[in-house]
Amino acid sequence: MSPLPPLPSAPEGIEAEARPVRPKGRAAARLLPPTRLTGPIPCVIAILIALVVMAAAGGLALRNLAQTARADLASAVSVQVIEPNPDLRAARGAAAVKVLTGIEGVKAVRLVPEAELAAMLEPWLGEAAAGGDVPIPALIDVELNRKVDRAGIARIETALAATVPGARVDAQGDWLRPVYDALAALQYLALGLIALVATATAAAVWLAARNAFAGARETVEIMHLLGASSPQIAAVFLRDVLRESVFGAIMGGLMGVAAAWLLGQQFAALGSGMVGGGGLGLGDWLVIAAIPLAGVLLALVTARITIALALRDML
Amino acid sequence: MNDHLAEIVKFDNVGLRYGTDPEVLSNLSFTLYPGSFYFLTGASGAGKTSLLKLLYLAQRPSRGAIRMFGQDLITMPRERLPDLRRRLGVVFQNFRLVPYLSAFDNVALPLRLAGTDEKKVVKAVGDMLDWVGLSHRAHAIPATMSGGEQQRVAIARAVIARPRMLIADEPTGNVDPEMALKLLRLFEALNNRVGTTVVVATHDVHLLKKVPDSLIMRLNKGQLSDPTGALRYPPRPSGPAGNGAA
Repeated sequence: MSPLPPLPSAPEGIEAEARPVRPKGRAAARLLPPTRLTGPIPCVIAILIALVVMAAAGGLALRNLAQTARADLASAVSVQVIEPNPDLRAARGAAAVKVLTGIEGVKAVRLVPEAELAAMLEPWLGEAAAGGDVPIPALIDVELNRKVDRAGIARIETALAATVPGARVDAQGDWLRPVYDALAALQYLALGLIALVATATAAAVWLAARNAFAGARETVEIMHLLGASSPQIAAVFLRDVLRESVFGAIMGGLMGVAAAWLLGQQFAALGSGMVGGGGLGLGDWLVIAAIPLAGVLLALVTARITIALALRDML
Repeated sequence: MNDHLAEIVKFDNVGLRYGTDPEVLSNLSFTLYPGSFYFLTGASGAGKTSLLKLLYLAQRPSRGAIRMFGQDLITMPRERLPDLRRRLGVVFQNFRLVPYLSAFDNVALPLRLAGTDEKKVVKAVGDMLDWVGLSHRAHAIPATMSGGEQQRVAIARAVIARPRMLIADEPTGNVDPEMALKLLRLFEALNNRVGTTVVVATHDVHLLKKVPDSLIMRLNKGQLSDPTGALRYPPRPSGPAGNGAA
């Protein structure tokens, strides 16, 4: 048997009782099985983030659309002069315009031409709208210099009562209340979808972290018995989770933004005034850009909790 | 003399059971001293591995008190156990090398976990692999290494950080007699030259005679006996590390 060489001396700074540090970079990479970005988790995160981005973009667009519509109609009032006799209707319409123009707080008054009214009603009434067979009220658009309220409506009604009996005064915003309610419901739906997808993301990361931990349990036990602290072990796992979730979040963010942009282009091509109010502003895009970051953060927090719970089972 | 400073480990009426099964270790009371070389013997199933698990902090006892390096393990919070584990070197029965790491990276593991500078890691691991005669196998992964080579990698990993206590579970169980003796000499060298306390569990009674200054702890059905007075305090002085032979 060959003679035993002397035990090498320990270089300075190598002590079993040295303060542990969290492994970083290549040192951390050496501690767990090598992984590639080909597992299902980056894809799952990418899909879920894309769904959240699309839901958020839709929700923000709906919010903008509702806000624009509200702003446009907030100070608008419609006055209908309901009179079957065309001559009398025209005379009362002109009188109403005169009265309305004199009311304090009225910014603009416009008597909608009969041809314009007929064109608006044609889809519902057909040619009868233009033929004069169906009596159509005279319509006056009034714009106030402040938001319409009940007192403003009552003041206009009082002013018109003597000159134009039977005139009907409505806030234009009231006509769109069901639309606003529908838009609000869609926004809540988008929020609910975001919450569900965020939960699904957390669940997917939880399962992935548990599986990764189970797969590396032997290694984790060895590291544990060699003196690795729980934060050290968690840091090594989180490094992989961070890498996979960043990759998934970037891919998902790009897919979601591309889909939202394409949909935006399609709606813009409709040329509808109301849909045009649903465009996304800089602040909206910043919110959307924050979604992949929030996804990465959610993945890290979920993985950290999962690993901490798993490590708690070890002494 | 302060007992707490003189002792490495002190067991006081320790018992261990798994779940609701009967105790596998009962009423263990003994003290291990710095710089001593202990053999832990007993038939298969006597409880050697369970006792070693208590020693290398893989298990808490079901009852009794354990002090290690002067600290009470029973009341110690879980977060502080890694500090104690880094003072231990363990050679596991089945080596427990990380299968996808090379011999070099396996040996480097304790140093990297301790945050040692990589240049120092390279130097220290190179020296250690040289010491166990495996410099030429530094890049080999465990699956391509013989049992003896894996054993030596496990030993190098256990001693690289110069532990205050080395615990080896059947370290010669998978190697031929010549290699077994060589491994024992490695443990002796660590014990004599560094002053590390060594605890070697074995059921091979022939090995006990190979280390003349060793002390013997015998386990039988979870009970400990003391044929050489190894557990007696104070230990009989002799040997390079200042501890007694029978």
